[in-house]
Amino acid sequence: MADVSLLKLKNVSQVYGTGQKQFTAVQNINITIEEGEFIVLLGPSGCGKSTLLRVITGLQKATEGRVLYRGVPLQGINPNAAIVFQTFALFPWLTVQENVEVALKARGVPPRVSVARALDLLDRVGLDGFETAYPRELSGGMRQKVGFARAMAIDPELLCLDEPFSALDVLSADALRGELLELWLGGRIPTRAILMVTHNIEEAIFMADRIIVMEKDPGRVVADLRVPLPQPRMRKDPKFLEVVDRVYALLAGQTQPEYLELGTAPGEPGRTRALPYINLNDLAGLLEYLDKMPNDRMDIYRLAEELKVNSDHLLRLIDAAELLGFATIAQGDITLRPLGETFAEASIQARKEIFATRIRRLPIFKWLTAMLKATDNHQLKWDVVQTALELEFPPEEAERQLDSAVTWGRYAEILSYEDNTQLIYLELPPHVPPSTPEDRSETPEGARS
Amino acid sequence: MKRPSFLFKIDQTPFSFTWGDGIVLVGLAGVIWYGTRLAFHAPATIQGPQISLSPSALPWYAGYSVARMTAAYFLSIIFTIVYGYSMVRNRYARRVLLPLLDILQSIPILSFLPMVVLSLSSILPGKIAAELASIILIFTSQAWNLTFAWYQALITIPNELGEASSIYNFNGWLRFKLLHLPFAAIGLLWNSIMSWAGGWFFLMAAEIFTVGSRDFRLPGLGAYLHEAASEGDIRAIVWGIAVLVLVITALDQLVWRPLLAWSERFKLEMVESEAPRTSWFYDAWLNSRLISWLDDHAFNPLSQKLDAFFLRYFPPKHQGEQEKEGRPWLMFTILALAAPPLAYGVYQAVMMLVGVSAAHWWQIAMGIGATFLRVAFALIIALAWTLPLGVAIGTNPRLATLLQPVVQIAASIPATALFPVILLFMLDMPGGLSLIAVFLMLLGTQWYLLFNIIAGASAIPQDLKFTATLLRLGTWNRWRILILPALFPYIVTGAIAAGGGAWNASIVAEYVDFAGKTVYTTGIGSTIARATASGDYPLLLASTLVMVVTVVLINRLIWRRLYRVAQERFRME
Repeated sequence: MADVSLLKLKNVSQVYGTGQKQFTAVQNINITIEEGEFIVLLGPSGCGKSTLLRVITGLQKATEGRVLYRGVPLQGINPNAAIVFQTFALFPWLTVQENVEVALKARGVPPRVSVARALDLLDRVGLDGFETAYPRELSGGMRQKVGFARAMAIDPELLCLDEPFSALDVLSADALRGELLELWLGGRIPTRAILMVTHNIEEAIFMADRIIVMEKDPGRVVADLRVPLPQPRMRKDPKFLEVVDRVYALLAGQTQPEYLELGTAPGEPGRTRALPYINLNDLAGLLEYLDKMPNDRMDIYRLAEELKVNSDHLLRLIDAAELLGFATIAQGDITLRPLGETFAEASIQARKEIFATRIRRLPIFKWLTAMLKATDNHQLKWDVVQTALELEFPPEEAERQLDSAVTWGRYAEILSYEDNTQLIYLELPPHVPPSTPEDRSETPEGARS
Repeated sequence: MKRPSFLFKIDQTPFSFTWGDGIVLVGLAGVIWYGTRLAFHAPATIQGPQISLSPSALPWYAGYSVARMTAAYFLSIIFTIVYGYSMVRNRYARRVLLPLLDILQSIPILSFLPMVVLSLSSILPGKIAAELASIILIFTSQAWNLTFAWYQALITIPNELGEASSIYNFNGWLRFKLLHLPFAAIGLLWNSIMSWAGGWFFLMAAEIFTVGSRDFRLPGLGAYLHEAASEGDIRAIVWGIAVLVLVITALDQLVWRPLLAWSERFKLEMVESEAPRTSWFYDAWLNSRLISWLDDHAFNPLSQKLDAFFLRYFPPKHQGEQEKEGRPWLMFTILALAAPPLAYGVYQAVMMLVGVSAAHWWQIAMGIGATFLRVAFALIIALAWTLPLGVAIGTNPRLATLLQPVVQIAASIPATALFPVILLFMLDMPGGLSLIAVFLMLLGTQWYLLFNIIAGASAIPQDLKFTATLLRLGTWNRWRILILPALFPYIVTGAIAAGGGAWNASIVAEYVDFAGKTVYTTGIGSTIARATASGDYPLLLASTLVMVVTVVLINRLIWRRLYRVAQERFRME
């Protein structure tokens, strides 16, 4: 074949677990990366983008499918790739210089050469003078610069970035993004292509030539779009915002008919809808905010800007609002439903009642309450329920789902949980007032923090 | 929090017994039988060298003892690294190796003794055999906690550091040198200090021992103290203890403190610690011209050469970081090869156990009960005085600077060395050895509790203390609501170590040679010690197995449950 792309994924799937408890992390992924491209894998947490990065670099072998690097199937670690890690992954016991040198040493580069090269790279990323410092003496941004210098030390053709800016504060992240783009666009590094994983929509559009949008359950590619904007890009540019809006629309999706939106109960055929992992106070805050908007409607991307929450967090809140029937999503806009409006304006106790009626409709709650009612004293051990959920979700996710369900159920006063005994039980019927004044004193706070 | 939290990680084995435990226990019985078989070929009588009680002999003796401890320590380190890697690399092997380690650490040192000594002396000349046996015995008091620390470190290395090592093509050597060893360094260091303390504690048992009519003794500090005690020579005892304390203090100042100061760099936390450990010797070392010249001209080039050598002959394998499944066949082949002889050994061991008389079984049962009561009693006394003192030191910085050094020196003296002095004063008191044994257990193990309580008390958040004051909690409520719950995890951790130590100490505490006579009391430790001294192998096998099973059961059924409760409910996070 004459066409030799830098990297090709062909029908890649990754499945974890065996037997009845099998979970697909990513399914049937086809991606091609050409030389000269800056590609971003964008998606919510849990969509398998990090798994994909590990498959591409050879850290992990895909269960199915093939990875071709320059037309040749990848065997083991890809020697032409480097990773910059979200948590930096620097060796705390080595100095800045040693951290960079070690990548060269492992490849058998003699010390004379590696010292000079490490110093040159540190100079280029602006860490001149910090060679003998230990990573713990540096700020987050500077640590990540060491991460970049180390990655570039081995002259990778494919530079992989695993959420490299998400552990940094806003200002350092901004600065570092700019510096990376400068190095890359100025052709000052021999890298042929950059592949970045992120869940930050703006960051993706700010940097990428091409964005591959992924969705979860199972992890899959839902869109592959070019960013038709010249560099450098301005975040306030209407054209920039237009792309942001489009990507939000893709990720937030459309509100589906109810039976699709709700999914099926655990253990039944069909997919169980996972509860989004959110803070209920934030949800109340979001609904209150929308309630104050004209027509109770807003562009999702503008919401992200004004509430100053990251896109992943916001999308989970929107997901929850949609699932509970408080809002509808269409074409990147969110609109409050009358029920959502009522909730936003209701008193604390009335909110709990509305919330209770809403979550009673969710198959996972129907299933859970049915199970609890089937027992003698309306109670079950946490572990028993979690094991049952593990037929539908991977163990960690099952625990998280149960955690969410219990928190929601406690808020709605339909479930109780006692940590000492690890028992989940049905709350007393509402005519026996179970709650004490302390329970009610919590005021849902806004998401505007 | 200053306490190194990885000191006593005990949560890696299951609560209940697994088939791995079964294999290990049964196999152990078989191995012990083979050891005793070999032992029958040992020369019938062995006469040890004369131990001089003259103080001028002490420098030599101290040197011999330190050399023996060092040899045993390096043996422990090698064992630790190999054993830990095998556990991590092969999950089939792990199922046997992990419970084996857990059980090995609860076998009392004296039970290893006849088997090790006699089987060695049946193949080697007496002197070498005794020397080797002594080193192996010290090894058994040093190795296990190191191995646990190393294993714990290997399985908790942050994922992304492992991935970075793979991506940047580290070979096995670089991984060991730059990832595994530095990550484990602090844990290994703290456990090394504990191991050396354990070594000193059992030094007397490891340097002088009689098995039947065979008398083994080696020139060394332990033998000196033992001899001084059995002669009842107070002057010699005092000289011996003084030299021992001197040696321990010197090691602390010249080896452990510098190493602790140096190991600050291996902390994983990405924040600079406020009060890093310091050491005058380490500072002097760093500022020495000679050392920096050696660094530049010897150590660094050597390290480079070593790296180059390993990179050349052991290139990286380009493998991913996924856990290697390991080869089941390797493990099963070893098992299959070992099975027939082991089965024979087990059969013989069972026959041996069947031969143990009912009276002896009764003696073992009584012994277990008596020792259990003694251990419990020692723990309660220890708790009763360490709790108030520990809280006082932990919450009062002024008191801490005053008392901390005193406590540390007191803790560094191995209790066994003080034993003769205590005997001298207390043997004639009512209760006799039975009470003294409790006292010795207490001396040996109370420090674990004290240090943990100090650490726990100093970790109570200031704002909670303020709140307690603002709420005007009385003393009782303050202890009940704040202090005791906050200390619970620390007390459990300390009590686990103390309890384990007390069981082991029972052997040297319940049976003593003093001033020319042998004194003993009812207890499993004294049963084991007497069986050893008289060469009664069936009784030794039976009592050892009973004690191991008891200790392991107590650990699994009581301590680990408490530990889990402590971890889940009383953590300050």
